Amino acid sequence: MKVQVLGTGCPKCKQLTANAEQAIKDAGIDAEVEKVSDLQEIMKFGVMMTPAIAIDGEVKSVGKVLSPKEIADLLPK
Amino acid sequence: MNEGKDISCACEPGTIEASEPGETPIRGLFAKLTALLILWAFLYYWLKPTADLLTARGFGLSLSSRLGSSVAFFIYEVPKVLMLLVLVVFGVGIVRSFFTPERTREILAGKREFVGNILAACLGVVTPFCSCSACPLFIGFIETGIPLGVTFSFLIAAPMINEVALVLLFGMFGWRVAGLYLVTGLIIAIIAGMVIGRLKMERFIEGWVFQVKMARNGQGTQELSWADRIHYGLNAVREIVGKVWPFVVAGIAVGAGIHGYVPEGLMAHFMGKSAWWSVPAAVLVGIPMYSNAAGIIPVVQALMEKGAALGTVLAFMMSVIGLSLPEVIILRRVLKWPLIAVFIGVVAAGILIVGYLFNVVL
Repeated sequence: MKVQVLGTGCPKCKQLTANAEQAIKDAGIDAEVEKVSDLQEIMKFGVMMTPAIAIDGEVKSVGKVLSPKEIADLLPK
Repeated sequence: MNEGKDISCACEPGTIEASEPGETPIRGLFAKLTALLILWAFLYYWLKPTADLLTARGFGLSLSSRLGSSVAFFIYEVPKVLMLLVLVVFGVGIVRSFFTPERTREILAGKREFVGNILAACLGVVTPFCSCSACPLFIGFIETGIPLGVTFSFLIAAPMINEVALVLLFGMFGWRVAGLYLVTGLIIAIIAGMVIGRLKMERFIEGWVFQVKMARNGQGTQELSWADRIHYGLNAVREIVGKVWPFVVAGIAVGAGIHGYVPEGLMAHFMGKSAWWSVPAAVLVGIPMYSNAAGIIPVVQALMEKGAALGTVLAFMMSVIGLSLPEVIILRRVLKWPLIAVFIGVVAAGILIVGYLFNVVL
């Protein structure tokens, strides 16, 4: 499973990445968190508000720093 | 809201996923909300008398003394401003829950100059916006064929017209000044956008922007329930007021000090109407500054009491909030320098004109 955090590097994006890593660790899932900061790559996801998070290529949340728990809720069981 | 010196975003809480229907009993929520609003109104009404009483009886200070008037000012203003903030941020949060960048983009697509600029500026105020999202948003707008000038009207209005600033201005100066800030902010955004559009500077957009193929995301089409919206509003309060209140308190403390101790008319020399250079100086100083509206405005109020002119002070505030170095750095990814320079120049000029106008007229 691939978790991607979309953001250009502001504190919020970093926080979301940290939270995502925490969520994955807590859930014990084998997944990688990839930080996408290249604008062109971000645009391919069709988001206009960062930070955003995508799981297995599908955008799940836009413009919000989700807590680890909220991210865990988004992960496929 | 804009914060301190780090590149924090002028961020409002982002999208919220719609909850399952029936999850939250809506009538209970509305009842609670109404009760809270009534409580709020009651507390607000009794703030000043309580503050005066507390200072005079509780601390035993004369209200006409320097310390006494400072303390009374502080005790009254802190809860008053915080309460106003909570109310307005909540209200604006609810309004914002109706708008997403995707929806705004749909509304603006195909609109010509003028109508487009007006719409864009108004939408800039109500659409959730984060300065770190400036680039994706810019690209998204341009890609849909929204004219450059219209896009700029949005990008100028969004950070410059800030509800925290609006509340503070209202609380400290009354609805006329707050209204002026809102209206002139919009006018600057509209006209600056039109000017930039007229200058036909499309060639100064970074080339790769036009090659980007942006996916269409279904995010904007979710329908939120009223319970969702209320949660969104409460979330906004928690995030924004939670971040901003230390600055408000600090600012009011400084304001209280100035209120009690700085002699009348001291600021008139530096920031008063007769100092013609004060407006351009205020704008120039403000441009590279990137600060929290919450902290500055209470200070500004006290300065004004001591003779600073309203136009100068508003110009300073608008250039601090509306133009910032971090924002420029971010926009550099999608805009070439000539366009950035024009953007800053046109907005600064608009603020300058507004500043002078107010000093002359008021």
